[in-house]
Amino acid sequence: MTIGLHPAPGPLPAPLLQGREDWEGQKAATVRPDTPSLRPAQTEGGFGVYVHWPFCLAKCPYCDFNSHVRHEAPDQARFVAAFRREIAHMRDLHGPAEAQTVFFGGGTPSLMEPATVAAILEAINTAWPIAADAEITLEANPTSVEAERFRGYRTAGVNRLSLGVQALEERDLKSLGRTHSVAEALAAVSIARATFGRVSFDLIYARPRQTPESWARELARALDEGCDHYSLYQLTIEPGTAYERLYSAGKLIIPDDDHARALWDVTQEVMGAAGLPAYEISNHARPGAEARHNLVYWRYGTYAGVGPGAHGRLTAGAERRATFTERQPERWLQAVEAEGHGMVSQEMLDTFTQGDELLLMGLRLAEGIDLPRHARLAGRPIDPARIAALADEGLVERSGDRLRVLPEGFPVLNAVIAELAR
Amino acid sequence: MTASIQTHIRNFSIVAHIDHGKSTLADRLIQVTGGLSEREMTDQVLDNMDIERERGITIKAQTVRLSYKAKDGQTYVLNLIDTPGHVDFAYEVNRSLAAVEGSLLVVDASQGVEAQTLANVYQAIDNNHDIVPVLNKIDLPAAEPEKVKAQIEDVIGLDASEAIGISAKTGLNIDQVLEAIVARLPAPTGDREAPLKALLVDSWYDTYLGVVVLVRIVDGVLRKGMRIKMMRADAAYDVDRVGVFTPKMVAMENLGPGEIGFLNGSIKEVADTRVGDTITEEKRPCAEALPGFKPAQPVVFCGLFPVDAADFEDLRAAMGKLRLNDASFSFEMETSAALGFGFRCGFLGLLHLEIIQERLEREFNLDLIATAPSVIYEMEMNDGSVIEMHNPADMPDVVKIKEIREPWIRATILTPDDYLGAVLKLCQDRRGNQIELTYVGARAMVTYDLPLNEVVFDFYDRLKSISKGYASFDYTITDYREGDLVKMSLLVNAEPVDALSMLVHRTRAEFRGRAMCEKLKDLIPQHLFQIPIQAAIGAKIIARETIKALRKDVTAKCYGGDISRKRKLLDKQKEGKKKMRQFGKVEIPQEAFIAALKMDD
Ligand SMILES: Nc1nc2c(ncn2[C@@H]2O[C@H](COP(=O)(O)OP(=O)(O)OP(=O)(O)O)[C@@H](O)[C@H]2O)c(=O)[nH]1
Ligand code: SF4
Ligand SMILES: [Mg+2]
Repeated sequence: MTIGLHPAPGPLPAPLLQGREDWEGQKAATVRPDTPSLRPAQTEGGFGVYVHWPFCLAKCPYCDFNSHVRHEAPDQARFVAAFRREIAHMRDLHGPAEAQTVFFGGGTPSLMEPATVAAILEAINTAWPIAADAEITLEANPTSVEAERFRGYRTAGVNRLSLGVQALEERDLKSLGRTHSVAEALAAVSIARATFGRVSFDLIYARPRQTPESWARELARALDEGCDHYSLYQLTIEPGTAYERLYSAGKLIIPDDDHARALWDVTQEVMGAAGLPAYEISNHARPGAEARHNLVYWRYGTYAGVGPGAHGRLTAGAERRATFTERQPERWLQAVEAEGHGMVSQEMLDTFTQGDELLLMGLRLAEGIDLPRHARLAGRPIDPARIAALADEGLVERSGDRLRVLPEGFPVLNAVIAELAR
Repeated sequence: MTASIQTHIRNFSIVAHIDHGKSTLADRLIQVTGGLSEREMTDQVLDNMDIERERGITIKAQTVRLSYKAKDGQTYVLNLIDTPGHVDFAYEVNRSLAAVEGSLLVVDASQGVEAQTLANVYQAIDNNHDIVPVLNKIDLPAAEPEKVKAQIEDVIGLDASEAIGISAKTGLNIDQVLEAIVARLPAPTGDREAPLKALLVDSWYDTYLGVVVLVRIVDGVLRKGMRIKMMRADAAYDVDRVGVFTPKMVAMENLGPGEIGFLNGSIKEVADTRVGDTITEEKRPCAEALPGFKPAQPVVFCGLFPVDAADFEDLRAAMGKLRLNDASFSFEMETSAALGFGFRCGFLGLLHLEIIQERLEREFNLDLIATAPSVIYEMEMNDGSVIEMHNPADMPDVVKIKEIREPWIRATILTPDDYLGAVLKLCQDRRGNQIELTYVGARAMVTYDLPLNEVVFDFYDRLKSISKGYASFDYTITDYREGDLVKMSLLVNAEPVDALSMLVHRTRAEFRGRAMCEKLKDLIPQHLFQIPIQAAIGAKIIARETIKALRKDVTAKCYGGDISRKRKLLDKQKEGKKKMRQFGKVEIPQEAFIAALKMDD
């Protein structure tokens, strides 16, 4: 089912390999009688675990992630205990599976002690054995302080680092509220590359005053770092952020649609020419270096989400459950300590919704979606006339069972999906 | 509640320009006479429809019976009718005036005499009313009661020396108003012993009581249990209940001459009652019917279609129910090539249209598309026949038409001198003929003859905007005149949209066509392809705009597997699409059909 995408094996996490037998034993103890709903989760799209670390040193003005700034450093041991309980709870809900990927996102996970990361990985491995070739990613801010912990993460089992560089222009780093300089970020990138091998580099474009020329130069500089994965996100104005307030007050001017389109076009050109085409609407990789964890989302696979404000999609047979946990870190802690989990909502997704979710995720990928799978999830196929109309405009392409969005369609993906999903 | 002595009854309506404070004065009168307790009182308590409360305007006239102990020590029954001020509802004022002997003419002392002040007071004079002028809002710093008194005398020719300065808001001098009602308005005449003769003022459908009829007794007595006859409709009914509004409904044994109240009984449908009819006793009828009044005539027509074609039957049922309470709105089935099944509806004006549409959407949970409003055109054909046309889609082949006639109005506009130039230009641009220009104090009063089709859509909005809200406007339909009218079609993505076609004067076609294309360009969202928008007369394109294809939408990050958020956005997009109607490949938002007509000049 993969088209042109080959998961990179990546170096094996040494500490995990050592404890292998123990974990097998523990796993055997927790497996329940083999009822249909408790069979290992179907692997369509794969299975991964997302861990959310909700703290940051400062809040970036564009950011609407679940990130919180605290004067006092959080008690990491207490969080580890809570993570352990919530992971065990999710394991009960979802049943056994092999974790093919783990992702530490945030917030700023690189504020975690390496021991915290190691303990959480151990808890995951107890619940769902982590595959020998698993991809274990951690998001990090590229400051010198954090770079000092990189080795420790590696030892804990992390084998891929995703660095929030965001810009390679000092002026823009400042206005984005980032606390690192360009030089510091690039230094962190090279330490990361030496430590992990697999490193991803995040940049934000369509920033105020950005021109296609300056963005092309910035991309070239980023490519010079030789990473094999780049996430290039369009700056969006999200509700409730400082940027939104500035924007509505007319104090922040961002590129209009035509300008944003020009920046998008430059992105595709430069990255394509460098051999890192977009495999997802905002993600570029050398073939084989795609982010396997994110592919689980995009292929509409199964994932457990633990920690404050984490989303999950758990499956049991044909059922798919959407989980969401309390966003506020302290309240999440209390809930987990009292009830064993911090979930505030669980929704059994009806077929209709599952079909929509597959479209929303799958069409972000260059490989597109499998139409029979969509029809199965949605309970009905997409109206062929709609596909044909979009194909006529050169926005999508249908070949055999697959439906893919074409390069002309990606910049208007929301509108394309809205056409297909009615 | 006891029957009243005829000499101690006073019946009056409150008339004024829109917003001059009629309903607020009614509040004070109800409050001072104790009709409602403090707890039951709200602002503009008689404006009880949701739409009235939200928009802060009166739409339906309301009747209240008050009991007032005057300074002479005697107790009087006061029947007040609060009337609407907006020109669309002039008909409500008209029939209210026919039911009473006097009027309180309310004039906002900070604004002075306005167009509806004139229109309404002249109607009161035509009905032989005694009139008590009241200057309201004297609490406002801008109030100039002496100047306004002079205006009343100069322009209307009423003696204003005894006009009462009040504040309906604070309650100042309300006692003087009550005394003046008793002292200066006449008691009703009428013979208690004569056969029953009563005016059918209004009727509506009440969920609990069924059909309720508002009556004014002229002669005789209306009793519970009586068998009545509607003279013009020639139908008889049993009366189960009679009573009055205080404003709560209170049952009575009977109603005598001069009294205003309600009856209810074996009447099945509001359609069985004719406003203006004479009610008498079946076994002892009166000799002559009252003159009555003409039913309200819809003047503006448009199509109403469900956004979702499947809602057609629901729409039919909803319209039937609404019409029970609003006989001035009419509907009949219509089919449109573009919109499918719907209804051609007639309204008193654009505000009335808006209100009916809003009530249908809100009270019956429907999404509707309203098409371009049209007036009634008369087509004289070559074969001598005359066709009335409410819908441009029904336009006959032009070669068969000898002459097209359109309705004209006589409009009265009052405006501060500063805006006179702009007002005259507006009227001139809309094909108006100036009839008269005089002055009311510092303000100009212009009379214009205008074609109704130039006024219907947005004239009032334009007038308000060019005069910063200061100009006021009133009109009556006068006659039909021949006009050089042509049918203009709108093409979206090369396909004609019949719901947007209209009749326009040849000299105005290009201007209107261009304005509509420009508007539609903003109203129709960008699509994944380019959309030409054209206005045409026959095969000739007279205006054109293009909506560029969408090139970039926002590509938000999909973070940590948060699909739910993306789904919410998608659901919103879907909601938005549901409020649009597909024409060929293009989706047009439901509100575009009316909004496209509003011009910025
Ligand atoms: N300051 C002041 N405001 C007043 C007074 N009387 C009424 N108003 C305000 O004027 C506005 C219009 O009052 P209404 O009583 O609704 O006017 P109306 O004549 O019934 O309006 P329509 O029924 O729409 O024609 C409201 O905001 C009132 O609060 C007054 O004596 N003084
Ligand atoms: S560091 Fe990342 S998560 Fe934290 S505030 Fe900035 S953008 Fe948001
Ligand atoms: Mg009112």
